[in-house]
Amino acid sequence: MKKLKLGGNNILLAITVVLFVVMYLGGCIIYADKGFTHLQTFLNVLINNAGLIAVASGMTCVMLTGGIDISVGSLIAMDCMFLAVGMEQWGMSSPVLMILVLVIGVVFGMVQGYCVAYLEIQPFIVTMAGMFFARGMTAVICKDQVSIVSDKLFTAISNMKISIPFGGYTNKKGIYQVPFIRPTVVVALLVVVAVFLMLKYTKFGRSIYAVGGNQVSATLMGLNVRRTKLLTYTLCSLLTSIGGICYCLNTMCGTTTQATGLEMDAISSSVIGGTLLTGGVGNVLGSLVGVFINGTISTLVKSNGKLVSSWANIITAILLCFFILLQAIFAKIKESKKA
Amino acid sequence: MENNIVLSAKGICMTFPGVKALENVDFNLRKGEIRALMGENGAGKSTLIKCLTGVNKFEAGEIHLDGIDGPVVNRDTLDAQRKGISTVYQELNLCPNITVAENLFIGREPMTKIHTVNRRKMNEMAAKLMKDLDLDIDVTQNLEEYSLALQQMIAIARAVDMDCKVLILDEPTSSLDDNEVAKLFVMMRRLRDKGVGIMFVTHFLEQVYEVCDGITVLRNGTLVGEYSIEELPRVKLVAAMMGKDFDDLASIKQEGSGDKSKEPLVIDAKGLSHAGTIKPFDLEIHKGEVIGLTGLLGSGRSELARAIYGADRAQTGTLKVKEKEVTIKNPIDAMNLGMGLLPDDRKAEGIIGDLSVRENIILAMQAKQGIFKKIPMSKQIEIADKFIEMLQIKTASRETLIKQLSGGNQQKAILARWLATDPDFLILDEPTRGIDIGTKTEIQKLVLKLADEGKSVMFISSEIEEMLRTCNRMAVLRDGAKVGEISGDDLTQEGVMKAIAGGGK
Repeated sequence: MKKLKLGGNNILLAITVVLFVVMYLGGCIIYADKGFTHLQTFLNVLINNAGLIAVASGMTCVMLTGGIDISVGSLIAMDCMFLAVGMEQWGMSSPVLMILVLVIGVVFGMVQGYCVAYLEIQPFIVTMAGMFFARGMTAVICKDQVSIVSDKLFTAISNMKISIPFGGYTNKKGIYQVPFIRPTVVVALLVVVAVFLMLKYTKFGRSIYAVGGNQVSATLMGLNVRRTKLLTYTLCSLLTSIGGICYCLNTMCGTTTQATGLEMDAISSSVIGGTLLTGGVGNVLGSLVGVFINGTISTLVKSNGKLVSSWANIITAILLCFFILLQAIFAKIKESKKA
Repeated sequence: MENNIVLSAKGICMTFPGVKALENVDFNLRKGEIRALMGENGAGKSTLIKCLTGVNKFEAGEIHLDGIDGPVVNRDTLDAQRKGISTVYQELNLCPNITVAENLFIGREPMTKIHTVNRRKMNEMAAKLMKDLDLDIDVTQNLEEYSLALQQMIAIARAVDMDCKVLILDEPTSSLDDNEVAKLFVMMRRLRDKGVGIMFVTHFLEQVYEVCDGITVLRNGTLVGEYSIEELPRVKLVAAMMGKDFDDLASIKQEGSGDKSKEPLVIDAKGLSHAGTIKPFDLEIHKGEVIGLTGLLGSGRSELARAIYGADRAQTGTLKVKEKEVTIKNPIDAMNLGMGLLPDDRKAEGIIGDLSVRENIILAMQAKQGIFKKIPMSKQIEIADKFIEMLQIKTASRETLIKQLSGGNQQKAILARWLATDPDFLILDEPTRGIDIGTKTEIQKLVLKLADEGKSVMFISSEIEEMLRTCNRMAVLRDGAKVGEISGDDLTQEGVMKAIAGGGK
């Protein structure tokens, strides 16, 4: 058995996990009367953030290469609107639409990836253009601003409950509540596992780390840096589209203002989960915990009841500062150790 | 191919903006031969290598490789590797954030049946490779855990393992200590005996004569000649590189040396220290004195300089500059007191690659004046031209981006930056590292000239010889502490060696 060395990066991940556990246990103690201790509370975090989990997985990959993708929020809005309008106004079947959404994601990502990798334009600028484009298209697709989904199959999937055989409780009326998750959660977790394995065990995954570590070196070692980047952005948009479908299953509508700022949630989840903005260091499992932390914060704020929901943002801000500070400190320690 | 030639380049031409980098250069390498590629900075060595390995596209000429019919075109490094040309570049080309094993095998990892990377097998192969080369390295650790020297050895191991016909080593020894160099040479000789042709670029002349069979000399982007090692003794080699009869470094007399202890004190440090880098030290520096800092790499030479300069803020002790007690919080304070520091890592701390030569030279002067008092353009041009002329900086024009200059010329430009501020006390941290012998001599002469003008210089170098030539006095460091000073008659190679090695002064 290989000894797990507690390097700076592992410590960061460990701190993230510990923070999540402490935060959650704190919630359990303070808000025990409001049902925080029930398994379902945690499962709700998963259900509410299934889309975000998929997006954060893709975002982590892009950030590992040293890039960024701020188009994901708008892309989700476009996906949702496309699904909603497609089902309601164009009368298309939902499976076909879902596949189309994935195709749109791939094409969208390829165009962005091409601009970043082959035309060597700053990722921030490229994906900002993508962001405006997708947000604009969302409004073009639907002129009514909002489209509610009523498709039967889609509604069925959305309402489907997958029961968990343990952790139930009896509510005040004496009815036993079985904890459940939605299919979207299964999809999101599968995405995380797939990306984790991809990053660790495939050539492509390792190339992502190499490119993020030192792009010049990666080129000189004979890696195809451009193709790796192109594929990473494509992957990110594809995963975002998967997240978009999950998101739509959750909200059951398409609106022009949907998922505004979601890109920032994805980025902050990755950073809190230990991904460095400079690339090369990070892990998709960390990002998953990052999403948990984000979700827990808003649940905590909601449980309080008196606080305005904006407090969730402020707490996230404090956490982000805390983690960036930690990363900087660890980088410093590492440097001084070497010298 | 005839004469056992494994790699031959004919009539290679290559132009960078405004500079003819290579003009009609031939290069031949035989099987089982170690050939040194020599030349001053900017002679075109790195450019030639980049042409051979497909990094740069050359404009004219042909490359032939043994076993391949017709001219070879390498699209990129990977392509060159597949054809049998492996390269270890001057700057480390590995990724610090992935494991040693991955660095060794990335791009050609062993795969499992389901087409995923077989990490266990990769680690086994890597461990075996390290063991073969007598390196004690845990291949599952990230590369950044290891020292630069070990990283360099790993880079070489990677290149060696690729079943290459031609191995190009571009200054692989600049960050290695003697022991590691010896290991490298064993490795090189073993490969030569297996029939690999090795092209070896180095600035250390003694290494050339220790390990090489032949020498190819470049100057100003043209071929001077191809020689066997016997027909080109040291002096002739230097002459060939410089293109003139070499007046030898001996021409620098120790005229500057002598006792300066009567002169007024410029720097008087008492008990200065910085946690974790340098233990408390005392140091006095007089006007017009050149003081050398010596010690092994990592003994705290740069750290001592940084503590005085305020780049690392001193945490204890007092510092008097020109007999007045001062507190230096940051480099600007130091500059205002008339200090200048030429850092040792010129890529990271010195040049600003995307600014022109003129802007780089003017930088420290402008900083000293404050950002609101812009130096008039005409004055900037005047100063830039003066130093380009004085230090003979080879550049297409004063507006050329500094990153396009060769290493030695970049170094000169940074030196010019500090000279422009007219400092009383100048710290030069490894000013001659990675610089050709001609420029080295110029810089040494310049140091002596500055001292003659009454400026004090702190000179840090790994080459004891050049320190002996320039310094009046030397401070010896060991393990982050100043352990002694040498002056007068003790200032000999032997004396310095003894002091560095320790065991009594």
